[in-house]
Amino acid sequence: MKRMKGGEEGSDDSSCESPAEVCKKVRKQLSDDSEPEVAESLDCNWARLPQELLLHIFQYLPLLDRAYASQVCRGWNQAFHMPELWRCFEFELNQPASSYLKATHPDLIKQIIKRHSNHLQYVSFKVDSSTESAEAACDILSQLVNCSLKTLGLISTARPSFMEVPKSHFISALTVVFVNSKSLSSLKIDDTPVDDPSLKVLVANNSDTLKLLKMSSCPHVSPAGILCVADQCHGLRELALNYHLLSDELLLALSSEKHVHLEHLRIDVVSENPGQHFHTIKKSSWDAMMRHSPKFNLVMYFFLYEDEFGPFFNEEIPVTHLYFGRSVSKEVLGRVGLHCPRLVELVVCANGLRPLDEELIRIAKHCTQLSAIGLGECEVSCSAFVEFVKMCGRRLSQLSIMEEVLIPDHKYSLDEIHWEVSKHLGRVWFPDMMPTW
Amino acid sequence: MVVNTIHWFRKGLRLHDNPSLKDSIRGSDTLRCIYILDPWFAGSSNVGINRWRFLLQCLEDLDASLRKLNSRLFVIRGQPTDVFPRLFKEWQINRLSYEYDSEPFGKERDAAIQKLANEAGVEVMVRISHTLYNLDKIIELNGNQPPLTYKRFQAVINRMDAVEMPAETITFEVLKNCVTPISEDHDEKFGVPSLEELGFETEGLTTAVWPGGETEALMRLERHLERKAWVANFERPRMNANSLLASPTGLSPYLRFGCLSCRLFYFKLTDLYRKVKKNHTPPLSLYGQLLWREFFYTTATNNPCFDKMDGNPICVQIPWDRNPEALAKWAEGRTGFPWIDAIMTQLRQEGWIHHLARHGVACFLTRGDLWISWEEGMKVFEELLLDADWSVNAGSWMWLSCSSFFQQFFHCYCPVGFGRRTDPNGDYIRRYLPILRGFPAKYIYDPWNAPEEVQKAAKCIIGVHYPKPMVNHAEASRINIERMKQIYQQLSCYRGLGMDASLLATVPANSNFGGNGTNPRTVSTATNEGPGGSSKDPSVQVGMSQTERAQSVQKRRHEETPLESSSKSWKQSK
Repeated sequence: MKRMKGGEEGSDDSSCESPAEVCKKVRKQLSDDSEPEVAESLDCNWARLPQELLLHIFQYLPLLDRAYASQVCRGWNQAFHMPELWRCFEFELNQPASSYLKATHPDLIKQIIKRHSNHLQYVSFKVDSSTESAEAACDILSQLVNCSLKTLGLISTARPSFMEVPKSHFISALTVVFVNSKSLSSLKIDDTPVDDPSLKVLVANNSDTLKLLKMSSCPHVSPAGILCVADQCHGLRELALNYHLLSDELLLALSSEKHVHLEHLRIDVVSENPGQHFHTIKKSSWDAMMRHSPKFNLVMYFFLYEDEFGPFFNEEIPVTHLYFGRSVSKEVLGRVGLHCPRLVELVVCANGLRPLDEELIRIAKHCTQLSAIGLGECEVSCSAFVEFVKMCGRRLSQLSIMEEVLIPDHKYSLDEIHWEVSKHLGRVWFPDMMPTW
Repeated sequence: MVVNTIHWFRKGLRLHDNPSLKDSIRGSDTLRCIYILDPWFAGSSNVGINRWRFLLQCLEDLDASLRKLNSRLFVIRGQPTDVFPRLFKEWQINRLSYEYDSEPFGKERDAAIQKLANEAGVEVMVRISHTLYNLDKIIELNGNQPPLTYKRFQAVINRMDAVEMPAETITFEVLKNCVTPISEDHDEKFGVPSLEELGFETEGLTTAVWPGGETEALMRLERHLERKAWVANFERPRMNANSLLASPTGLSPYLRFGCLSCRLFYFKLTDLYRKVKKNHTPPLSLYGQLLWREFFYTTATNNPCFDKMDGNPICVQIPWDRNPEALAKWAEGRTGFPWIDAIMTQLRQEGWIHHLARHGVACFLTRGDLWISWEEGMKVFEELLLDADWSVNAGSWMWLSCSSFFQQFFHCYCPVGFGRRTDPNGDYIRRYLPILRGFPAKYIYDPWNAPEEVQKAAKCIIGVHYPKPMVNHAEASRINIERMKQIYQQLSCYRGLGMDASLLATVPANSNFGGNGTNPRTVSTATNEGPGGSSKDPSVQVGMSQTERAQSVQKRRHEETPLESSSKSWKQSK
């Protein structure tokens, strides 16, 4: 295609071509490259566009538009069904009674299973909070017998509806995929009733290829079950699970010589009942992890009552991203400052009404990698906050502090503080605000 | 030529700072101030009894003030498009005035009336006085787009010309020779209706905690300023247990109905500040309440879909749950969480709750616990909250549910802890939920944890006399934070390097799935400014439900490059 030149150079010819003339040029080019006969008409023969070009164009179109395009002629219909266009699919399963969003059309689903199930490689299911939607997902899964999936994601977009599906139904559907794919690389099954035996099936068939496994909040899995995965799947690079599945053995398995470097470990620490007791992980296990995978991210999300933090942060722990979803005490934050040298991101939802001045400054001092911090319902005096920012300096790329957190003192008022902080950060900064009616 | 004028009250229910009324009086021979009431809506519309009562009290107050000027208020039943042609003819009207309404529905309605007026040869006089500024000018100054972050908004405001002075109050001097023809049967034909006449059951209705009207508004303004002067401190007051209760200096409902002019408030605040702080320039934070209101009006004025998720270009498409049962529990104060239930009870009884209380219940309904759409919460507020007008209500709900305006979503208000920290003794709970009066402070926020003896002593068994908590908060917040993360991670795909992203969302989770091929309704907003960071305003891409990722990325426009160099993006998922 001839490129249009700008007008400045004074050449007018390039900008004066009529569409018909452009088409002629395209056609000529195409005919030179592809077929010998060229229809001598002024209309472009879009039907003769090569399949590779069609494919490329179709990949830009949303499915609905593509489907319309496929009705135009046989050639375009063929292009529509090319395997390359069916590698990735996201099934959206919603019921009108429980969701505002539309669902993937059942006819489309039938079509895909019929004509394209063996092309599918990257599949995800997004289900709403109704059991029906989760069951529909399982039904589809059960039919993916010819699939060699690389990626599978079961995602609840609201309440975890997979947990409402009869366990056996779910397990048998999931096992179909495990057994048939044999090349699963990425598996997301958070909030599902997956259990130890099904993990064994997963491992038996996909241990060479599995790289990512996300299974937070899967209550039917035991520490032994996940240990089996760690022992066999040596390529595992990303793992997400709940704290009750974490054990010293697991960490050691992940640090074994045969294992690749772990990149990302996400742990959810959730309290079912107040006063719940949590086991401790030995420092030596964390040390082994660090030796084996010195760059790995350890992401921990805590949803505990304030008095349940006893077992945590008493020794050094290589956590990089820390989120406290409920109130966490000053004392615990103090321990965090002492024992988390690798900390990169810290988010505190709530703390209480005693200023966190010392704790923050300690964190600034010892957590030299800290580059992101978020504070919700906490209190920090303005002076301490400025000190904190000064100590961290420009490495703080994310500083998200609710306005109510900052307590003005004799040195700084709220209006002055944002200049001070901006100065030390090297960019304009304001606290986060909430609308006041 | 005789000039017969109608002034049409909608909001702006006041005689002070009413430039459209004042200007239309000049040269008029007769003046009739009207309010058009559609009584058919009283039963079916989403407006509760407190709002109606407040409105009627405003109208009574206007009528009383007009009486002092030998005039009256004319309350007309019907729809504007039916009412006006009739009135134009009957009263031989050649001039119509009203205060400018910036909301999309208002603009549409007024355009229709303008047309009718033009056809009838009626001159129309419109003036801006419900907002501090001309909102179109703000938008213009921001590159023809409304600022989508409050910081950006403040920056633009700083560059605007000064706020116009309030117009002179309507007095006998202003009226001069302008008269109002009042008939014998005025009360019958045009009197302010009562709640009963509108079909409300008023038996057992307690006195209004927030009495409507301009007189009350101006009195409160004086008190409000007195209190500020006495405190001599213009900082935002610390939240305490008392703040939760209705204040005799609270002004928000009066600003909403226009009983109090925002410009008057603005200037009085400025004068007071200068007096107390010896002529220092007031900081923008002094006008916080007014500027938030202005901000939402500005964002909403050109967006008729502002109060919806579907089709709203600035709203993140979040897969909210449809759950009418859960919604009803929340709306009626039966969640089993005393903090939430007390707030919703106060709201229903009185029509006002503190803004932090609003945050608490809004968070609980949406991203915090119930995962129900903010639109539902907005509708409940619309019914019950005296100061909820379309723009501010919708805007605030989107804000609080993290559906827009680039809010960090990590901050979740705990339905137990937040209340406990605000009012440790629990007096607020006892006041609005008398059934829980017997509980000691230790258990009043989570009575389900109280041992049986305590519940028995309090004469309130949880599950019998007061509901059990409808969700497990730890579990719900864990799930919801994960959902929000899913959504924001998809958004952050659109962000380039060097932009502030959401906390929590940057933690790697590779998506080597494409969403190709299906209804890509999950994302409609692509942004390139992060929250809490730079003062740059993102260019917001108009979201269309069928937009494919590739297309969106190509269409994205950058307003300005950020100041700082690229922040390390550890989101890379290789």
